[in-house]
Amino acid sequence: MKKITALVLSLVMALGLVACGSASENNASNNAQASTEQGASVETVSNIKAGFIFLHDENSTYDLNFLNAAKEACEKAGIEYEIKTNIPEGQECYEAACELADNGCNFIFADSFGHEDYMIEAAKEYPEVQFCHATGTKAHTEGLDNYHNAFASIYEGRYLAGIAAGMKLNEMIEAGEITEDQAKMGYVGAFTYAEVISGYTSFFLGARSVCPSATMEVTFTGSWYDETAEKEGANKLIENGCVLISQHADSMGAPTACETAGVPDVSYNGSTASACPNTFIVSSRINWVPYFEYCFDCMNNGTAIATDWSGTIETGSVVLTDLGSAAAEGTQEAIDAASADIVAGNLHVFDTATFTVDGAAVTSYMADVDTDANYEGDHEVIVDGYFSESGEGFRSAPYFNLNIDGISLLDTAF
Amino acid sequence: MAKAENHEPFIHISKRDVLPWYKSMGIRAVAILAALVACAIVTMVLTGDNPISIYAAIFRGAFGSARKTWVTLQSMSILLLISLALTPAFKMRFWNIGGEGQVLIGGLAAAACMICLGGKLSNGVLIPVMIVASIAAGAFWAFIPAFLKAKWNTNETLSTLMMNYIGIQLVAYFTVYWEVPKGSGKIGIINQNGNEGWLPQIAGSKYLLAIIVAVVVTIAMYIYLNYSKHGYELTVVGESEQTARYVGIKVSKVIIRTMLLSGAICGLVGLLLVAGINHTITTTITDGQGFTAVMVSWMAKFNPIYMIFASFLIVFLNRGASEISTAFGLNHSFSDILTGIILFFIIGCEFFITYKISFRKKNGKEEKAS
Repeated sequence: MKKITALVLSLVMALGLVACGSASENNASNNAQASTEQGASVETVSNIKAGFIFLHDENSTYDLNFLNAAKEACEKAGIEYEIKTNIPEGQECYEAACELADNGCNFIFADSFGHEDYMIEAAKEYPEVQFCHATGTKAHTEGLDNYHNAFASIYEGRYLAGIAAGMKLNEMIEAGEITEDQAKMGYVGAFTYAEVISGYTSFFLGARSVCPSATMEVTFTGSWYDETAEKEGANKLIENGCVLISQHADSMGAPTACETAGVPDVSYNGSTASACPNTFIVSSRINWVPYFEYCFDCMNNGTAIATDWSGTIETGSVVLTDLGSAAAEGTQEAIDAASADIVAGNLHVFDTATFTVDGAAVTSYMADVDTDANYEGDHEVIVDGYFSESGEGFRSAPYFNLNIDGISLLDTAF
Repeated sequence: MAKAENHEPFIHISKRDVLPWYKSMGIRAVAILAALVACAIVTMVLTGDNPISIYAAIFRGAFGSARKTWVTLQSMSILLLISLALTPAFKMRFWNIGGEGQVLIGGLAAAACMICLGGKLSNGVLIPVMIVASIAAGAFWAFIPAFLKAKWNTNETLSTLMMNYIGIQLVAYFTVYWEVPKGSGKIGIINQNGNEGWLPQIAGSKYLLAIIVAVVVTIAMYIYLNYSKHGYELTVVGESEQTARYVGIKVSKVIIRTMLLSGAICGLVGLLLVAGINHTITTTITDGQGFTAVMVSWMAKFNPIYMIFASFLIVFLNRGASEISTAFGLNHSFSDILTGIILFFIIGCEFFITYKISFRKKNGKEEKAS
C-alpha cells in the first residue's frame, strides 16, 4: 500500500515539474509576444483605441459580420482594439462600455438595437469618449455630442437580393416546376419592427420587379437569434407552399431548413454557401468597414462624427455576396443594372408607383422618426413620389412600417 | 477464512462520522486544487494557451479594476440574496425552485409602478409604493404553491417550477405591451431622463445598495434561522412533519409563512434588479440565478455565512469566464466548460466528506506485512 502511495506521489511530483517547466516557457514566449505588440503600437500614429460590444459571438451571422468588419478596419488602420462578445441588452452593456472606457478605449461601438439606452448612459458618463451604435434611433433627439447612430440603406441591398429571388422564380416558372400563381415566397422575420418590415418589403419589391406574379408570406419569431424558431418558421412556410425563402433573423436556422428541404434561399448578413451549397442564391449584408474607417478618420482629423450616418451602395456599405449555385442565369447582369440605376438616382426602392396599401397608392405618410413617448408619425417621408427611407434629415435606422399589398403576415404577435 | 473474504465487496462505501472542520476544509481545498489542475490540462489540450495566464485572466475579470470589483460584489450580492430567500424553504424540506419566477414577478411589479406611476408621484412616494408592490408580488407568487401544498399536499417541486414559466410568460407579455418603439420587443431603460422610480445611489455609488441589502439580509436570515422560534419551527418541520405535529406545530401555517418570506425576499431582489440596477425588465433579467441559487444554498448546507463564499465562488468564476473569452478570443462556451469542471469537483468532494471509501484488504498476512 505504502509503495503505491509513494509511486503516485513521485508521479505527481514529476508531472508537476514538467508542468512548471512548460509553464515558464510559455510565459517567456508570451512576454516576447507582448513586447512585439507594444512595439507595433508605438509605430502607429493614431491615438485611437477601439472597443466593440457585440450581442452574440461568431456563431451568429449578424455579429460575425460586425466582428469581421471591426477586425479588418482596425488592423488596416493599425489601431489597437478590444472586443467583448455575448453582451446582453441590459446593464451588462453599460458595464461593458464603461470597462472599455476604463481600459483606455476612446471609440466604443455596440451592434445591437437593445444596447442603445445603455450606451447613452455610458456616453453621459464619459463625455470624452465617442460612442457609436448601429441600428439605433435616438442619437438625433438625445442631444449628446459623443453619441452617434449609424445604419446603411440595406433596403437597397435587399431589393437587389429580391431581384435574384425574382429571377429564380421566373426560372422555376419557365422550367414548369411551378405555375405563375404558385410564385409564393416565404420570409422569416424577427419582430414586427420597422427594420424588419423595411427589409422584407424591399426584398419583395425587388422580386416583384422581375416576377410580377410574386407574393409573399412572412412569419415572425420574436427573437433576433433563435435557431429552432427560425428553422421551424422556415419549415412552416415551406409546408404552406412557399417555393423560396429569405430571412431577417440571425441564426443559420432558415438556411439549413432550406438546404434540408431543397428550397432555394436568399440569406442575410453573409454567404451561407458553404453550409448550404445547393440552395444558396445570394445574400445581402452591410459592410461596416467604411463606417469604422469614417469614424477613425473623423477622430484623427478632429472633426465630429455624424449624428446619423447612413451607408449606401456608393460608400461600399451595402454589398451582395457572390452568387450561389442556385442562382438563375442572368442574375448578376440584372443586379448590376439595377444597382447602377439606384446609385444614379433613377430607381427608388420604395417608389410609390410600385406598391399599394389596402388597394390605394400612398401619397402621404407621417413616419414615427423620433422615438418619444407618443408613438405617432412626426415626419412626412413621402418625397418626390417615393418613401424616403434612411433619408437626409430624418434618421439612419429604418422607419418604413407600411403593410403593402401582396405580402401576408402569418403571425404578428411580436 | 479466505473464502469468506472473497464475498466481501472490493469497494465498500460507508457513512462517515462528522469530520472535524479542518479535515472537511482540507478535502474541499484538495478538490479546488484538483479542479484547477483538471482545468489546466483541458485548457492546454484544447487551446494550447498557458493555463497560468488563463487563471490570471479569471482573477483580472473579477478584480481587474475598481469597477470590476464593484460589479463582482454587486452580482455576488444578488445571487446571495436569492440563495438566502430560498434557504428557509429548503431547510423546511420544501423544494422551492421557483426563485426565478418570484424574482421576475417582483421585478415586473416594480417596472409596472415605474411605467404607470412615474411622473405622477414623486420619488419619495413612488419608491415606497414600489417596495411594497415588489415584495407583495414575490410573496404572492410563492404563496400559491405553498397554499396548494398546505391544503392539498400537492408536489411543490412541480408547482414552483411551473410558476416560473407563468412568470416568464407574463413578463414576455408585458414586454410586448410596453415595448419602445413598437414592434422592437424591448422596453429599454425606463424613465431614462427623469429617473422616476430609480432607487437612490448610496454615497454616489451605483453598486452599493444591493451590497448593503445583502449584508443586512444575510445577518437577519442567520438570526432568523438559528435563534428565532420561527426558524426552529421550520427546522422541525423539515426534519419530520410527524414530530412537528406531535409537538404542536401547525405545519400548514409554517409552510405558508416560510414561503411568504421566501417569496418576499425574491420580490425584493426583483426590485433591486429592475429599479436599482437594470432600470428595465426583460424575461432574462434574472439570468437563471433563481436556479443557480438552489445550488448555492445546497453547497452552503443552508448556512447563510457559507453562502457568502459559495455565491462569491460562482460569481468569481462567471466573471472570470467572460474575461477569458475577451482576452483570449475564446468562445464563451469554453469558459462554461471550465466553470462546469470546477463545480463538478466542488460538489463531488461533498461525497468524500459525507462518505468513507474502504477497499477490500487482500488477506490478513499482507495487511500485517505492510
